[in-house]
Amino acid sequence: MEEVKLHGTWPSPFSYRVKWALQLKGIAYEYIEQDTSNKSPLLLQLNPVYKKSPILVHGGKPICESLVILEYIEETWPENPLLPTDPYDKAIARFWAKFADDKGAMMWTMLGTTGEEHEKAIKDILESLRTIEEHALAEKKFFCGEKIGITDFAFVGIVYWLEVIEEILGLKLLEAESFPRLHAWIKTFKEEPIIKENLPDKEKTFAHLKRRREREILLASS
Amino acid sequence: MEEEVKLHGFWPSPFSHRVIWALKLKGVKYDYIEEDFPNKSQLLLQYNPVHKKIPVLVHRGKPIAESLIILEYIEETWPEHPLLPKDAYERALARFWIKYGEEKGLAIWKLYRTTGEEFEKAMKESLEILRNLEEHALGEKKFFSGERIGIVDIAFGWIAHWLGVIEDLIGVKLLEADSFPRLHAWIKNFKEESIIKENLPDCGKVFAHLKRRREMWLASP
Repeated sequence: MEEVKLHGTWPSPFSYRVKWALQLKGIAYEYIEQDTSNKSPLLLQLNPVYKKSPILVHGGKPICESLVILEYIEETWPENPLLPTDPYDKAIARFWAKFADDKGAMMWTMLGTTGEEHEKAIKDILESLRTIEEHALAEKKFFCGEKIGITDFAFVGIVYWLEVIEEILGLKLLEAESFPRLHAWIKTFKEEPIIKENLPDKEKTFAHLKRRREREILLASS
Repeated sequence: MEEEVKLHGFWPSPFSHRVIWALKLKGVKYDYIEEDFPNKSQLLLQYNPVHKKIPVLVHRGKPIAESLIILEYIEETWPEHPLLPKDAYERALARFWIKYGEEKGLAIWKLYRTTGEEFEKAMKESLEILRNLEEHALGEKKFFSGERIGIVDIAFGWIAHWLGVIEDLIGVKLLEADSFPRLHAWIKNFKEESIIKENLPDCGKVFAHLKRRREMWLASP
């Protein structure tokens, strides 16, 4: 079998999406930690356009962008599928994964800002959570049915990190009473062994994101 | 069951046109429903309650929103005249460039509705994006997808037609032929394809439409 390597960054949800996919499909891979504050020449060579991780390198060929990598993994190793087989259900799964990607960015804006921009980000996040609660999660165990998949990976990447950011900011956006379906799903995904055993340490993440907030606010005020 | 295919679109929208091009290239029959913006139909709001936008493809009564997701659905449902490569790695590259265009293309659209510092920032980003497309995405190929039009060309189709309108609106030429010879050649080749040529909105009408929108944007506080 051709060699599989994953270049990732430990605090990044995007790197974890790829890890979960590889683990779930039982694909052996080598993990290489990339330091985003000090990007290696190899990283810049593998991803000259975005200069970011995660990057999957399969048989020497690099693939960038986490959702693109997930689709590649799904097509290359079809066992333990992460997407539905029906084209319509697949389209819905992709729709929500894209929604997670697009709206998830607000979380980082909320972390790195104060004042009006910060308040707007909070409002946007609450609106997005409401949309997910009402439209994305029907009475299913996971976003696409009985088994975990790409859409869940996209949302775990928001929710777990959002919990840490909430703690840093002293906010609670994802209230259980306001979002019962989301809360049930959170409980379910936290019990999935693949996820449970592959999440960054909460304290380390807290410290890292707190420093990030301080850095970004300082930068914005200078 | 009848293969009923409907497309809810908006005539000046490049996103609507992506879906039109894909359906026509594959010879898929469909009913086109023009949405009268800003008066969105109840049906559209019902089909796309999350984003409330076009295009929406409705197949056998089931709606799909987001143009690029619709393209993937069309590709899987009607595999003849494939728009994506067969090889998984090549497909990953195609999807990578589509995502890049989608994410970064927003800077180019900002050009027609900003001024001052925001405009200057958008200009700088736009030139960088076009440079990346010229050198990394297109390279020596006739089309982004190789010898034939594919999903990446369809995704970037807006550059072939709508970018020119934006340039006219702002009075600045971004895609100079000497600076971007490959992209220039691609635009020419893309627009010579009969399916594309026969399915482009009138430039003058698009200009008038975007001019009105630009005025609205610049007038708002």
